[in-house]
Amino acid sequence: MARSTTASSQQYLSAAKPSGYRQVLLFLNSKAMIAFFMCLPLLILIIGLVVYPFFYAVYLSMLNKAETEFVGLDNFFFLIHRSTFWMVFKQSLLFALTAVFFKALLGFIAAHLIHNVPPRGQRVWRGLSLVPWVIPPALSTLGWWWLFDPTHSAVNWLLAEIGGPHIPWLSDVFWARFSIILVNVWYGAPFFLIMYLASLKSIPEELYDAAKVDGASSFQRLRFVTFPMMRNIISITMLFSTIVTLANFDIARILTQGGPRNTTHLFGTYAFKLGIEGGDVPLGAAVSLFMFPVLAVLAVFILRDVRQRAARV
Amino acid sequence: MAHSLSSRRRFIGTTSALGAAAIAAPYVKSAHSAGKLALGLWDHWVPGANDVMAQLCETWGQDNNVEVTVDFITSIGFKNITTAAAEARARTGHDIFSLPTWQVTIHEESLVPVDDMVEELAKQYGPYDETAAYLAKHNGTWRALVAPTGTHTYPMVSRLDYFKEHAGIDLQELFPIGHRDQAKIDSEWTYANFLEAATKLNAAGHPFGNPIGPTSDSQDWIGPLFQSFGSEMVNADGDVTVDSDATRQALDFMKELTSVMPPDVYAWDDAGNNRWIISGMGSCIQNPPSAWTVARRDAPEVAAQLWHHDTPSGPAGRYRGTLPYLWGIWDFSENQTAAKDLLMWLSQKEQTDTLIRASNGYDLPLRPSFLDNTVWESEAPPDGVIYNYPGRGNEQIIVAGYPAPPPIAANIYTQGLIPTMVARVTQGGESLDDAIFWAEEELAGYSR
Repeated sequence: MARSTTASSQQYLSAAKPSGYRQVLLFLNSKAMIAFFMCLPLLILIIGLVVYPFFYAVYLSMLNKAETEFVGLDNFFFLIHRSTFWMVFKQSLLFALTAVFFKALLGFIAAHLIHNVPPRGQRVWRGLSLVPWVIPPALSTLGWWWLFDPTHSAVNWLLAEIGGPHIPWLSDVFWARFSIILVNVWYGAPFFLIMYLASLKSIPEELYDAAKVDGASSFQRLRFVTFPMMRNIISITMLFSTIVTLANFDIARILTQGGPRNTTHLFGTYAFKLGIEGGDVPLGAAVSLFMFPVLAVLAVFILRDVRQRAARV
Repeated sequence: MAHSLSSRRRFIGTTSALGAAAIAAPYVKSAHSAGKLALGLWDHWVPGANDVMAQLCETWGQDNNVEVTVDFITSIGFKNITTAAAEARARTGHDIFSLPTWQVTIHEESLVPVDDMVEELAKQYGPYDETAAYLAKHNGTWRALVAPTGTHTYPMVSRLDYFKEHAGIDLQELFPIGHRDQAKIDSEWTYANFLEAATKLNAAGHPFGNPIGPTSDSQDWIGPLFQSFGSEMVNADGDVTVDSDATRQALDFMKELTSVMPPDVYAWDDAGNNRWIISGMGSCIQNPPSAWTVARRDAPEVAAQLWHHDTPSGPAGRYRGTLPYLWGIWDFSENQTAAKDLLMWLSQKEQTDTLIRASNGYDLPLRPSFLDNTVWESEAPPDGVIYNYPGRGNEQIIVAGYPAPPPIAANIYTQGLIPTMVARVTQGGESLDDAIFWAEEELAGYSR
């Protein structure tokens, strides 16, 4: 009897203590591991397309022109002593901040307009407003280039027909900067529109009703209901758009090639000019990395604000 | 230790000698090429020129049992330069690549030495033009051959009727087909006289137009113009010499010239001047014959009035810009023997002549003995329109940035230093001193 008890307890113990193979199986079947494996393709993509290129760019930016010697931060020190670089720095910020502001403003206004269109017509307006965003920017910018052609501009032709002035869209510093910002706003505003429209639709109608009952004017409803409810989405879209806009390359490259007099170069186009055209890849990498601290600081503040608000809600 | 050092020295000495011998060894065609070859060539502007090149490569491939593939890569948007940079970095891609102007300097370390081939070709046909050595020979070693396609220069392309009617200059008489009066040209075709003519043509509503921006066409006319005034950004020893009376003279001249040019030139791309002359509005541009070729197709009445001729001379001489294409063999090519054989065959006069004809005379070989092709005399209308394209007088062919050491000159060119300096003065209203100070600061960075 005693022997029989011992045998069954051993069987029980062997079942309770799985073999190494079973342990591995159990481990692989755990929720954490399944989640890990499901994320793995994305992780590989992020490591391959974001993490590795970033650290490779950091590595490159610390080499000499011939890429034969480690020079530490020399390329960065070299750049900060160049007036052309600071001009590019200021232009990039001017371009990004102005373009993002107008994209957000136009997107906000257009979202409200479409939101107030009867539901049957909304789909058409939503579709039409997305057209600039779905056309590849290199292609649409080429179209804009034809409109702004320095000598045979279609826009100037129309202006001339109504007795308007000849505008030097791409040859004058002010107008060239205006043009690249305009095209970026045209291309990027639909993104804001669609995000803001989705956000508007998620605001409970009861809040507006309550505000109306309290005697709030239209502006007060916008100020005290709409804005606070959309604040997170406004912050995040502006952050994302600032990142993308600051890294813009194709619009300036196709429209002005950085001219006239380097006054429309952005970080991306200037990095390309130094790195690829000029054969100084480390310096080009250093230029492109100047965006990183600017964006990192911006991201930290905006995301912290979003997190704090989410915690309060 | 001494023994070890001695062995190492002996080893290095032996391998160096072998390496030198390999470089100095004469070119010997291999008994038979085989395998595969991939060529990344410049996508030609002239319709049909690519087909002839592809046909030649195919013929050679069939005769030598080599599977040859040719990719024609456009220079629009710098796609050829970007591709070259990607291949050099990834160390994979084509075996042979057509590299424009400064790309041999930039990718020098990734290109196979071709001294043996240059030497052999020089024995057959005489030496290359000096520009070829300036661009392709670095530290005493040739890294590329001059490509028989793509290389072009920037003569003036002028309207015969406008010059005769508004400026009183008969360009066909001054730059005739056949014998020319060089003394007359030297006394009459100067930048001072050209400015006078440009002013009259502008008053008549037909200004001279050329781009002043970051594009290659901008470098290719402004660089030689500065050289004509004796202005050098950096001298051959690498000293920054932009701050000179010659530079001030050239900038002063550009202030006057741009006042009679269209204000849009600061935004023109490389096709801006082509469109300007083809539209019939312009009286003169600087360009290879591609503008005329397109005009012949799209605006025959304009083409019939065009004439290619010499650039004006300045106080320091007469210079014309060039944009050469050079053929390099990547050092990661797995079939370097076949690559050399093919390039050697394509560099023969027979093949070069065929390619020049296929381009309607657009391609200029940088080898004086190859300039006897009759295509430049026979093209029309008008008869002999590109007779003076190969350079029949005393123009010196240079690239913008010359005579600076090539790595510095490459930056002068690719960063558009000279046109930007000009635009800062003529468009931005900066003083000459401020613009020169800016250029000095930039140049100091180029030689880092």
